Amino acid sequence: MAERPEDLNLPNAVITRIIKEALPDGVNISKEARSAISRAASVFVLYATSCANNFAVKGKRKTLNAGDVLSAMEEMEFQRFIAPLKESLEVYRREQKGKKEARKDKDKKADSEEQDKSREEENDDDDERMEEEEQNDDEEVDN
Amino acid sequence: MAAARLSGGCGGGGGENRLVSLPLSRIRVIMKSSPEVSSINQDALFLTAKATELFVQYLATYSYKHGRGKEKRALSYSDLSHTAEESETFQFLADILPKKILASKYLKMLEREKRDGEMEEDDDDDQEEESEEEDAES
Repeated sequence: MAERPEDLNLPNAVITRIIKEALPDGVNISKEARSAISRAASVFVLYATSCANNFAVKGKRKTLNAGDVLSAMEEMEFQRFIAPLKESLEVYRREQKGKKEARKDKDKKADSEEQDKSREEENDDDDERMEEEEQNDDEEVDN
Repeated sequence: MAAARLSGGCGGGGGENRLVSLPLSRIRVIMKSSPEVSSINQDALFLTAKATELFVQYLATYSYKHGRGKEKRALSYSDLSHTAEESETFQFLADILPKKILASKYLKMLEREKRDGEMEEDDDDDQEEESEEEDAES
């Protein structure tokens, strides 16, 4: 999937924004520091993936799951990430469920566009996520 | 559709209320570049992206706090390489964040190493002689 080495880079604009939000206002971040953090982030992804994969192998599973990633964090001595990660995962799961229901709503009542708009805005452009949803799109809607 | 494109497209201010700002598709490409990984579920992908975000924040704030640019209100490369060298947790970054030194310093280091090497060789000779003596005695 990664054909060029640039494919393993993360978008600079996003990395810069994350750094700026983390540091106090007005701190200057050199260009070299930015690209170094960006490279470090890619290495972090690979390191975390490899650790998580070890846990999956131990559990005789072929697919990496949430538990594998959380175990990897502990192994890598980033325990401090575990609580915030669990929290966001819960919000993420709820959001995904909400999106599914919003989509069902839209199919049901195609006329009431106003209602859907607010929900639609929460959607982002992640196609893969949409595909995944389609596969298990058979939940009940309680409306 | 228009609304979806709007919220997905704006790079600057729109990120605050989004759960994760790094693109999941890119994170997936990086994860899949690891040959032993066969498949990743959506939760694991989301968690890895979020963890990477936390990591970037942590690396930046840690390096700023422990770095030398605090008075100048600046974060520089040397603050990061210092972190990779000093902190146990960030040790895995040491290879990709090597410490920079001046060429003149490097040359001096090489010279010193050469001299130390010679001295060590002398030491070795001494030791060998000693051990030979010991052998002779026993």
